Amino acid sequence: MSGLLGKKIGMTSIYDEAGRNVPVTVIQAGPCVVTQIRTAEKDGYDAIQLAYDDVPERKVNKPLLGHFKKAGATPKRILAEFTRFEEGHRKTFGEILTVDIFEEGEFIDVSGTSKGKGFQGVIRRHNFGGVGDATHGQHNRLRAPGSLGASSFPSRVFKGMRMAGHLGSRKVKVLNLKIMKIIPEKNLILVKGAVPGAIGSYLKIERWS
Amino acid sequence: MNKPELIKYVESLGETKQFPEFKAGDTITVDYTIKEGNKTRIQSFTGVVLQVRGTGATKTFTIRKISGNVGVERIFPFASPNIESITVNKRGVVRRARIFYLRNLRGKKARIKEARYESSK
Repeated sequence: MSGLLGKKIGMTSIYDEAGRNVPVTVIQAGPCVVTQIRTAEKDGYDAIQLAYDDVPERKVNKPLLGHFKKAGATPKRILAEFTRFEEGHRKTFGEILTVDIFEEGEFIDVSGTSKGKGFQGVIRRHNFGGVGDATHGQHNRLRAPGSLGASSFPSRVFKGMRMAGHLGSRKVKVLNLKIMKIIPEKNLILVKGAVPGAIGSYLKIERWS
Repeated sequence: MNKPELIKYVESLGETKQFPEFKAGDTITVDYTIKEGNKTRIQSFTGVVLQVRGTGATKTFTIRKISGNVGVERIFPFASPNIESITVNKRGVVRRARIFYLRNLRGKKARIKEARYESSK
């Protein structure tokens, strides 16, 4: 596999060769620096670590600064590990990866942190139907979850019972998004469809093929 | 919300055709290509502009005509490669940018006053 770290810029639409309007997400991906190579002998697993998004030196603490200096890179905001990165031909320490590792028409997986929705009820969070009727004696229970289970057996609520709680703001991965266009001058990839997270949030892009 | 600079940049890469300016209340004719099987031909749609909305590559306009006794509306993106040409037939005088009230009017009530002379641009 190969991959990059990126940032969600926003959505727009473009036209393909057939004249169809295609919704696309614009992602700024890379340039990423290989800041560490993990090997099975030393770390117990094979992976490479990529760093993305420049930050001023004063925003990085000293241990991290040393980590970047070692790789000959400027300080970056985020680091992430990629396992099984281009098996066979390994990347070298300090190498810079850009969008040209991808090609138009390829399919990629994109993961990010979804937008936080706060504390939500069961209708929004688990697609419950709510109480069917608004009349026939119903009062202020339209969006209630209903029964949580049986009575004296089992005399408890089963683990994992779907209830109200925090929704969103968790890691979500979308599989097989088609790359519609690559703009190397600005490090942009245009991907068909939507991608998790708010505008400006960080994304991990992977290609398994 | 304003579009981020990079989105504007991406949208500026698409080809844009030059069309005459028009606004809600104008009557225009849109010639657009349609595909039937493997043949393409040009069809035209004449109607009143209800609204122009959006910016950049996602800017669209809505036009409405009465076909038979049924109102027909179509939304065209300005960036669509299928639009061949747009001609302005009539300049109308309306007081708002989006004239959805026209949907509730029929016959004589659905007329729009024509502009006496071209407003200088």
